[in-house]
Amino acid sequence: MNVLLSNLVLALIWAALTDTMNAGGLVIGFLIGYLVLVLVFRQHPDVRQYRLRVPRMFSFVVFFTKELIMANLKVAYDVLTPIHLMKPGVIAMPLRAESDLEITMLANAISLTPGSLSLDVSSYRKVLYVHIMYLDNEEDVMNELKRMETKILRVMR
Amino acid sequence: MIIDILAALFIAAGSFFMLVASLGVFRMPDLLTRMHATTKSGVLGAGLIMCGVMLFFVDSGVTLKALAVMAFTTLTSPIAAHAIGRAGYFIGVPLWDKTVKDELHGRYDEETHVLRSPGQMRDKKDQP
Repeated sequence: MNVLLSNLVLALIWAALTDTMNAGGLVIGFLIGYLVLVLVFRQHPDVRQYRLRVPRMFSFVVFFTKELIMANLKVAYDVLTPIHLMKPGVIAMPLRAESDLEITMLANAISLTPGSLSLDVSSYRKVLYVHIMYLDNEEDVMNELKRMETKILRVMR
Repeated sequence: MIIDILAALFIAAGSFFMLVASLGVFRMPDLLTRMHATTKSGVLGAGLIMCGVMLFFVDSGVTLKALAVMAFTTLTSPIAAHAIGRAGYFIGVPLWDKTVKDELHGRYDEETHVLRSPGQMRDKKDQP
């Protein structure tokens, strides 16, 4: 992850030198830093991996923001209308993520997306217990969670 | 001018979600569903308000602080929800009576603090 750090430092330097220390300046600095790193250190193995990681991170952030907004609209509807449409339940999701960081990221992401809240990891990290708000079809819910896991693992590994 | 309107929209939307979060605590039937309402709406509400703030004050210090607020609410609020939900569940706070499924039931050993996974037998708890 050292490449990411260099890129962030480049973004800060850009923003400081052009006197645009705001969101726009930082984003532009980050993009220019990314281009410079990718072009100058083409041969470096870490940078080669990093080159793919940034677009994946970006697409994950977009996907995640979309899910977050959808989740909120759904919950908002249930909060504001008098009848509860919920069918809550706790399910056990088999884990593919292994390290502490991966599981933490996954659990956090799950807690922030549509009607799911991670409760706990089993000892020995076999499954993650997730509380689901709309358990209409367990298979669909499980597939959704697994898609999220795949996306996170692609960014992390 | 347009920026001002945009900032106002962001802040209004953020406040709306914050309102929904607090109403959710009041309206939802049990502890876990209440945690659902507060975590997601809280993070989105705070995030939207911070976006509005960033647009309104085009200023380095404010931008960095707003980004930090967004990053830390996104990181910490699910952890708080996990800690509260987990503690509540294991203490024995009852679930809503319309809960359809509970795979976690009876898998936690209060003496050894081992949480078993569905395929795991009770006596094999010392092995992974």
